Amino acid sequence: MKLALLCSRIRVEEKLLIAELDRRGVAYDRIDDGELALRFDRRNFEYDTVFERSISFGRTLYTLQTLESWGVRCVNAANVVATCGDKALTHIALERAGVPLPKTALAFTPESALAAIEELGYPAVIKPVVGSWGRMVARVNDRDAAEAVLEDRATLGSWQQQIFYIQELIRKPGRDIRAFVVGDEPICAIYRTSDHWITNTARGGKASNCPVNGAVGEIALQAAKAVGGGILAVDLVEDHDGRLLVIEVNHTMEFRNSIDTTGVNIPGRMVDYVIENAELRIENVQSDSTVLPESPWTLEARA
Amino acid sequence: MSTTATAPAHAAVPCTECGGNVRVPSDVMVGEILACPDCGAELEVQTVTPTVTVQLAPEVQEDWGE
Repeated sequence: MKLALLCSRIRVEEKLLIAELDRRGVAYDRIDDGELALRFDRRNFEYDTVFERSISFGRTLYTLQTLESWGVRCVNAANVVATCGDKALTHIALERAGVPLPKTALAFTPESALAAIEELGYPAVIKPVVGSWGRMVARVNDRDAAEAVLEDRATLGSWQQQIFYIQELIRKPGRDIRAFVVGDEPICAIYRTSDHWITNTARGGKASNCPVNGAVGEIALQAAKAVGGGILAVDLVEDHDGRLLVIEVNHTMEFRNSIDTTGVNIPGRMVDYVIENAELRIENVQSDSTVLPESPWTLEARA
Repeated sequence: MSTTATAPAHAAVPCTECGGNVRVPSDVMVGEILACPDCGAELEVQTVTPTVTVQLAPEVQEDWGE
């Protein structure tokens, strides 16, 4: 296995992953996506497997799509990144799999978005389809606020910010849940508690352990599989009836606040998964090559 | 003020924005972000050997995240 760790900015998470790779004696190179120049005519990439940890959705998406077309194994896979990096595509995949979700609308003009918000009822939440850490997520409590936010996005935003992803506001009990899934296993989960309606730990939410057995683990695994599986963080909320609803699935998960909280070595589990999958691929390639029919050219040469 | 700053490995590096002392951890890596304790500027590590060099980190982009 020749492994590349695809990064841009080195967060605490990347340092922890690098430490786990080093601890296992895995040979790898760190690839900075800012220095990549992929040549389609030469396929200038020497690695079998890529462990994607870039902070940039756009760079990751195009890099992985290119590398997979060249036969490189990517963890997570390009289609998983494409789905998880876009909230609307995530929603479509989750809904298709029967994952419980908040009521949601998709609209493309401020007028149709406003009509959708009025139908869902206030308060509602307007989210950009691309983005993270709670950025540009707006809670609108009335028509005036909705009109102001929609006009801002239509005037100032990129084309993606004018894809209006609108959800009912779930009146959660001051917390949400982040569940970590690695392969077929929900390995741990945390509650993220905050007085603010945005509970991301990136925005000050406090982490505490959440049991991952039962419904939390089951729904997280269902959601992870719905988007294609791999190493994923599933964000859930509890509604006022205690039902669990999935908000989003993250493909380059941050976990620094969840290791001590849960007692689970999250980066260790991630690295083990990458190694297992890379080795699986190599074994499959070897076994596949033994059953391939011989080409007519080979048979002709033998004769 | 210079847009890059240098310091011997594992020492402090001067902030490119305010000149404050930014501590460099012993396991510092290229691409890591160091925050200036004085002005809060985020500095991206450019090199670690033979000296640690930093420059002001780029602003968060729209597609950044997890």
